[in-house]
Amino acid sequence: MVVGAVIVILLLAGVVWLVGEPLRAAAGRDPEAADDGRPGLEAAKEAKYREIRDAEMDHRTGKLSPEDYGRLDRQLRTEAVEILRRLDELGPEPRRSPPGTASL
Amino acid sequence: MGASVGRAALILALGVCLYGIGAALYGARSGRREWVDSGRRAVYALALILTVCFAVLEIAFLRSDFSFDTVAGHSSTTTPTFYKAAAVWSSQEGSLLLWVWLLSLWSSAAIFLTRHALRDVVPYATAVLLGFGAFFTGLLAFLATPFATTHPVPLEGVGLNPLLRHPSMMIHPPMLYSGYTLFTIPFAFAVGALVVRRVDAEWIRAIRRFALAAWFFLGIGVLLGARWSYAELGWGGYWAWDPVENASLMPWLIGTAFIHSIMIQEKRGMLKIWNASLVLATGTLAILGTFLVRSGILQSIHAFGASTLGVPFVVLIALLVAGSIYLVVTRRDALRTEHHLDSLLSREAIFVLNNLVLVGLCFVIFWGTFFPLISEAVTGAKSSVGPPWFDRYTVPLALVLVLLSGIGPVIAWRRATPANARRNFRVPTLAAMLALGLLLATTTAAREPVALAMFCCAAFVLGSVGQEFYRGIAARRAMSGESLLVAAGSLVRRNRRRYGGYTVHLGMAVLFVGVAASSAFQDARDVRLAPGQSATVGGYRYTYVRPTASVVNDPKRTGSLLDLGAEVLVTRGGHQAVTLYPSRGYYPAPDTSQGPVGSLIGGEATSHVGLKAGLRRDVWSAIEPDIASLQPLIDRGNKVVPATRPDLAFVVLAAIADHYRAAPPPAQFRLIVSPLVTWIWLGGLLVFGGGLIAMWPAPGRRVRARYLARVGRELKEAPTPV
Amino acid sequence: MSPPRKRKIRLVTALSCAVVLASALVYTSFTAASPAVTPSQLLAQAQPGRTYQLTGKVVANSIRRAADTLDFSVIDRTGRGVSVPVRYTGAVPDAFREGREVIVSVHRQGAGFVGENGSLITKCPSKFAPAKTGSKPY
Repeated sequence: MVVGAVIVILLLAGVVWLVGEPLRAAAGRDPEAADDGRPGLEAAKEAKYREIRDAEMDHRTGKLSPEDYGRLDRQLRTEAVEILRRLDELGPEPRRSPPGTASL
Repeated sequence: MGASVGRAALILALGVCLYGIGAALYGARSGRREWVDSGRRAVYALALILTVCFAVLEIAFLRSDFSFDTVAGHSSTTTPTFYKAAAVWSSQEGSLLLWVWLLSLWSSAAIFLTRHALRDVVPYATAVLLGFGAFFTGLLAFLATPFATTHPVPLEGVGLNPLLRHPSMMIHPPMLYSGYTLFTIPFAFAVGALVVRRVDAEWIRAIRRFALAAWFFLGIGVLLGARWSYAELGWGGYWAWDPVENASLMPWLIGTAFIHSIMIQEKRGMLKIWNASLVLATGTLAILGTFLVRSGILQSIHAFGASTLGVPFVVLIALLVAGSIYLVVTRRDALRTEHHLDSLLSREAIFVLNNLVLVGLCFVIFWGTFFPLISEAVTGAKSSVGPPWFDRYTVPLALVLVLLSGIGPVIAWRRATPANARRNFRVPTLAAMLALGLLLATTTAAREPVALAMFCCAAFVLGSVGQEFYRGIAARRAMSGESLLVAAGSLVRRNRRRYGGYTVHLGMAVLFVGVAASSAFQDARDVRLAPGQSATVGGYRYTYVRPTASVVNDPKRTGSLLDLGAEVLVTRGGHQAVTLYPSRGYYPAPDTSQGPVGSLIGGEATSHVGLKAGLRRDVWSAIEPDIASLQPLIDRGNKVVPATRPDLAFVVLAAIADHYRAAPPPAQFRLIVSPLVTWIWLGGLLVFGGGLIAMWPAPGRRVRARYLARVGRELKEAPTPV
Repeated sequence: MSPPRKRKIRLVTALSCAVVLASALVYTSFTAASPAVTPSQLLAQAQPGRTYQLTGKVVANSIRRAADTLDFSVIDRTGRGVSVPVRYTGAVPDAFREGREVIVSVHRQGAGFVGENGSLITKCPSKFAPAKTGSKPY
């Protein structure tokens, strides 16, 4: 019985520590920058790049005629440039988290 | 002691869930990150607590601690250790605990992976996941607790139902539940995204990953279930349109539709309302699947009996449906489409068709599964539809689906020109024609037109996927000059989603060939044979050579005390094909009312099929020995064995086994020759191999970052290449 | 034709196809379904040539095995009322035994009923029986 009570108390203490830690740490921490839409744009950029590569694969495997491919590729690249421009407008990326961790 | 720890931990788990919901929502509303972080940690804490709960229960089962009601009811000292470990989830309450434990683990993984991403969506997703956690821990704490105890402690338990003593019991339920619980994660992230009106590229990337993982695990779970059913007598083969089987297939079908159509949203910003509805539907169907097994509202071999959990589940499902509809309707401004379909001859259009077929399939299955309830509501009398009704609709839909999975890969996104399409269809069509000609010329496939059509569709897929791989590799080699294998490897590595997906299509085609062949060309017979007699099934001659009987020493190690079977020689055209050993195990009765000898074997009985699986066909056999003919011997033994020496009953049992071997009565056999069943499992392996390729994280981050940087630079320098 | 108009036509075509297919589905489900009945209901209403889904309990000491057939009787779940004789061919599920709840598709033949091969389902008693505290679920 005593062992059981000890386990439950330890569990309770561990849980309280685990969920309480961010609240205690928050006092001495700088407020983080608000989400400025950068992660969304980064993901959109990656998706667009993938689309460019996909179109290239479609062309190489004979699913897109050279004319269609040329037109599609130009359009996709224009869209990619637009995303890059919007990313640049946000300014240089603040170093807030280790690189790469934002992606899945 | 363990039970009180478990009970306390469950209450604690419920508290953590409620706290986490509050913290995450408060953090999201007030913009205070620390509260969101605390809510996230509540998910980790839930996983920790439930791990303790599960460990307590698992230890109780392994130690045969019969003070736990659930251990006494589902395990025994005679249950082999392997099955003691798996017996935890054979009960209603134990399987609920496994469910919510897996939910907490997978949720922790998802919440951890998104800790720096989707900042506005995550708090709501956390709250939804913890909401599911609260519901299930609440059920466990108050309605179906696995930690109920008895005093005085029973000396022996009932034992794991022998029907469940199959190696699949260890792996099938955890896989299936992983699939179900994983589907609640895209659901949660969809709810979060709709609440904050954000369905952008980052959200798509996350939700696609989660949906793919759920699709993967649920698919494995479903296929393992089919494999298990195939090895049991009376479960209707690998698929019987049983409500519980159907319940697991429905979210998988809608999940399949979703992982296709989300690609259209990613590329074109189309179908947003459709996608949101699909992903919300998968989550709801996953909960419905969990519920169906336990409600007792539908008749099923695999279902839990009548239980008290019906009302809470119906309330939860109603809440999920109403909430989903409310969210989609109120958020339709954020879900406005950005483009329209350019052409009916495009991959988008094929995907839309594929979606319609999959949703149609799901609707058919839903209607058929719930028909007993529907008909009772409409006509006042309960009635049900059987497998022929399901087949009438699912077979044509499956044919179209397989055909589409061959058309999709050779059609370009946005707009394919008819000339290109004609050129790309040449090889697949030729493959289909070739298959048709060969099958008509060399086999009797013509008498089963549906199966023949499926074979041709599969050949079409093989042609189209093969052509895609061939052209991709050729293009890669032309560019890099790599050897064939290296080029193939780097092609797949650089286009995981594309070639992983193609592999899945190929695997599905192989799987459907197996399904079509084994359902159309299966030969089955039920015969009664005495030793020395034979029966011919599908060109194979089965001869009952001699009986087998073993006491205590059960060949499959499932803990049966008596195992009666047969040595069956199978020949074809005079040549020996294989020897099979089907048998039937007899397990002790839960009480001694059948006398000292009778009780040893008077409980459940279960068949062990004798099966020789092959690439071309499976030779399958099951035996039902005539145990009634042994009843006089058992009765005599019951009189002989004194109550003071129950151990002597084993001696009598051994004598009865000897008698059975010496003078065997005729036995009832079920004999099946089924072609290409192995293709179903091989196709499944291909599907999941392809799924793994598609899910695998992109190549090393640094490499990718450098590559992306270069592309970015080059794109900036030359925005309009010629 | 303008693109929005074309889209509208496509949508209407797709929707009407779906409606037609769905009505076919609904219609056939009602005509193809076999009513679920208890033994007493079956005896009261069975018409020749129609299939019924019989649910009930196997009567104790009623199982007889002949050469290739199996005869048994099914009684209402409560154990009261009349019992129905059923002749079944083929292998039965492992859990089939006297006193157990079964579901089987049957049609009338003479005075008795014939079960359709492969349609016999046995409900597993112990797997998920609601365990009462302190008692064994069997």
